[in-house]
Amino acid sequence: MITAFIHKFSSPKSFVNLTEKIYPFLIIFGVSMLIFGWAWGLFFAPQDAVQGNSYRIIFLHVPSVIFAELIYFFMAVCALMHLVWRVKLAAYLIKSAAPIGAMITFIGLFSGSIWGIPTWGTWWQWDARITSTLILFIMYLGILTLHGSFSNLEKADRLMSILVIIGVINIPIIKKSVDWWSTLHQPASISVSGSSSIDPSMLYPLFISVIGLGFTLIALGILTSRSYIFTREKNKRWVLEHV
Amino acid sequence: MLQVRKNRLWKLIIILFLSAGGISLILFSLNSKLDLFYTPSEMLIADIKPGYRIKLGGMVKNGSIRRDGTLIEFLVTDFSEEVPVTFDGVPPDLFKEDSGVVILGYFLDGRFEAEEIFAKHDENYMPPELLIDEVKA
Repeated sequence: MITAFIHKFSSPKSFVNLTEKIYPFLIIFGVSMLIFGWAWGLFFAPQDAVQGNSYRIIFLHVPSVIFAELIYFFMAVCALMHLVWRVKLAAYLIKSAAPIGAMITFIGLFSGSIWGIPTWGTWWQWDARITSTLILFIMYLGILTLHGSFSNLEKADRLMSILVIIGVINIPIIKKSVDWWSTLHQPASISVSGSSSIDPSMLYPLFISVIGLGFTLIALGILTSRSYIFTREKNKRWVLEHV
Repeated sequence: MLQVRKNRLWKLIIILFLSAGGISLILFSLNSKLDLFYTPSEMLIADIKPGYRIKLGGMVKNGSIRRDGTLIEFLVTDFSEEVPVTFDGVPPDLFKEDSGVVILGYFLDGRFEAEEIFAKHDENYMPPELLIDEVKA
């Protein structure tokens, strides 16, 4: 049954048809939530008792690093689908998600550095959290480079997927780095079980920023993967009919 | 599930298991070397070569900061041991008593000569009014 389901929805053609109508709505919803969340966070949320106004970069930093990890996790699920069920669409999605993941990881590292200067007094320390996030950024670049270095695209898809699967080990290490080792970075403020050490007046705009960035990135991913599908399948008849 | 897919899935599980095992071995053998800093108790028993630059981390002991011009003296504690620190320079704004700190410098004759000071901040975020309420309560 699972196989039938995968085959029905995993053809590049049905992906293109399915996303045709919804991505404009995703962009509008994501960007307006993002503007709403950031306006609330930057102008209306109160100052932090310890950090004053400089804590406000949290509304960029935290959503970015959440999706830096989630996009990688999504790529790992796609890699599994590609390697076990030979789903072509899954490989196309990995290839189109990786640049977005690299971009958002870079924004996460960069905003963290900017945040570090006024609060920690340094923009970079080789602590476990920062270093493992840098490794995640390099993984994204490595995945893209590996895929780009083969002229046989099917082989490139498969090897890229294996690298994605191996790299997923880094995700729990990033998550637990602040608990396993002593770091300059503080431990997590929000736990998976839902408890939070952020005051609600700051947590709501943060939550809205996370939702907004999430939908914006999904829309961006749909756009890049559609154009990548058209490039990869440009000789198929349905693409010629569609474009 | 088809046999061929089962085989592919098993291969993947084995690849993942072996690489996770390898990385865990590396991390376990590096163990505390991946820590960013020594705590005061760790530093006092650790065998540190003289002239070796290290990082010390802990809390600034309440009431221990003494300033003389740009010269700052304070105690760093992990609530079991404490180390006196001297620093000449401008610390970050978040450097204050009862707050986390990471110090880069040299440990000489029971004193820590700081070259640079980094402030740690905790995971709590709240408006200033709430902090005042909390201190009152």
